Amino acid sequence: MQPLNRLQMAWRAAQDIGDGMLVNLGIGMPVAVADYLRPEVDVFIQSENGVIGVGPLAAGEQVDTDLVDAGSRRITLRPGAAIVDSSWSFAMIRGGHIDVTILGAFEVASNGDLANWDMRSPNKGPLVGGAMDLAAGARQVWVMMEHVTRAGAPRLLERCTLPLTAVGCVTRVYTDLAVIDITAAGMRVAEMLPGISQSDLQQRTGAALTFAAGGKALIVPDLKPAG
Amino acid sequence: MAIDKRVSTAAQAVADVADGSTVLISGFGGAGFPNVLIRALRDRAAKNLTLVVNSATHRYSLTHELIAAGLVRKVVCTAARGHDKQPSPFERLWIEGKIELECVPQGTFSERIRAGGAGIPAFYTPVGFGTELTQDKEVRSFAGRQHVLEHAIKGDVALVRADVADRYGNLAFRYAQMNFGPAMATAAKLALAEVRTVLDAPLGHDRVQLPGCYIDRVVAVGS
Repeated sequence: MQPLNRLQMAWRAAQDIGDGMLVNLGIGMPVAVADYLRPEVDVFIQSENGVIGVGPLAAGEQVDTDLVDAGSRRITLRPGAAIVDSSWSFAMIRGGHIDVTILGAFEVASNGDLANWDMRSPNKGPLVGGAMDLAAGARQVWVMMEHVTRAGAPRLLERCTLPLTAVGCVTRVYTDLAVIDITAAGMRVAEMLPGISQSDLQQRTGAALTFAAGGKALIVPDLKPAG
Repeated sequence: MAIDKRVSTAAQAVADVADGSTVLISGFGGAGFPNVLIRALRDRAAKNLTLVVNSATHRYSLTHELIAAGLVRKVVCTAARGHDKQPSPFERLWIEGKIELECVPQGTFSERIRAGGAGIPAFYTPVGFGTELTQDKEVRSFAGRQHVLEHAIKGDVALVRADVADRYGNLAFRYAQMNFGPAMATAAKLALAEVRTVLDAPLGHDRVQLPGCYIDRVVAVGS
């Protein structure tokens, strides 16, 4: 069984983005979701610094230091884009106008609690940015993260151990092993890699799993990260 | 007398910034950093400053020069993490207990500043409820959801970067330069703008993104 790589996880999350949605993609892994949207959907990508309609990354002469996204990436604008100030951008986020945000995470709990901002690194200043605003404000919060840490410890838990970003906000998690819905009754597996058993998956998870009737195999295209 | 907010140098713009001032500094991700004004403020060397700035450590902002020069008592920000193995100037002073930090979620940060300029002393927001950043704040339930009380931020001085200004202080921004600039200008007693160029003619009402009534001085600094 080969776990999904980051691009394959992004591809899988992208398949769930619906036509006409306003979407915010978190810094890091989630921004790759924009590369795998289904061809029939037309969406606007919002970035916390006020860009509504983030386009592809800028290349060559397109690069303009005044045109960046929340990850400080130099971007282009898509047709129909607009730019507002930060207060308006976050009013948009808190006000429930973002259909879905896809965020990276360290831990997600079975009650939907999210920990994605502070790893308690010694001698490092804190960095919260817009994480708490997105987690509390978007209509749906989806998470993309590896199922376990590098040391093999589960990231899906009964309760988060790291500092919380927001309580009870996550509704869906895309990992390198499975797609899991966070429901009122806890974590329900919607899809899992064909090569893994239910007990294998449970063993790598720190919270009780249930398995959706009609659960599917998690099948993705063969995508390879550059380099 | 006909209104004219133009000054010829950044040093003139910051000439009366006093010790102990709260200074709001715009900019995000490389766009809209008022770096000429920041350097002029460092040269002015007003002490015991409180900075209200999105990041205390961004590579392209000169905020770190104010911090490294020992002029800053406290930073209110959303990001205070350096980018290198060595701690940033902010982190070094913070670890030594020589600088105070208030870390704020970014939307709460911008809304507190907006409120400061809009006559709203405090507001309830759902953001941050149940987290370490709002531990000691008043909590109240609205429509079955918990909210925390956040207080407005006002400043003595705002430093803002825009693209074009006119003599009236009207501002137009390029792309994502706007970020915190408009809110910060409204929330400070003295709002200073550095711009690429100042027009002799009025900017025109449909180009103005921040009305000149909020701006006290503009200085053209080129690109």
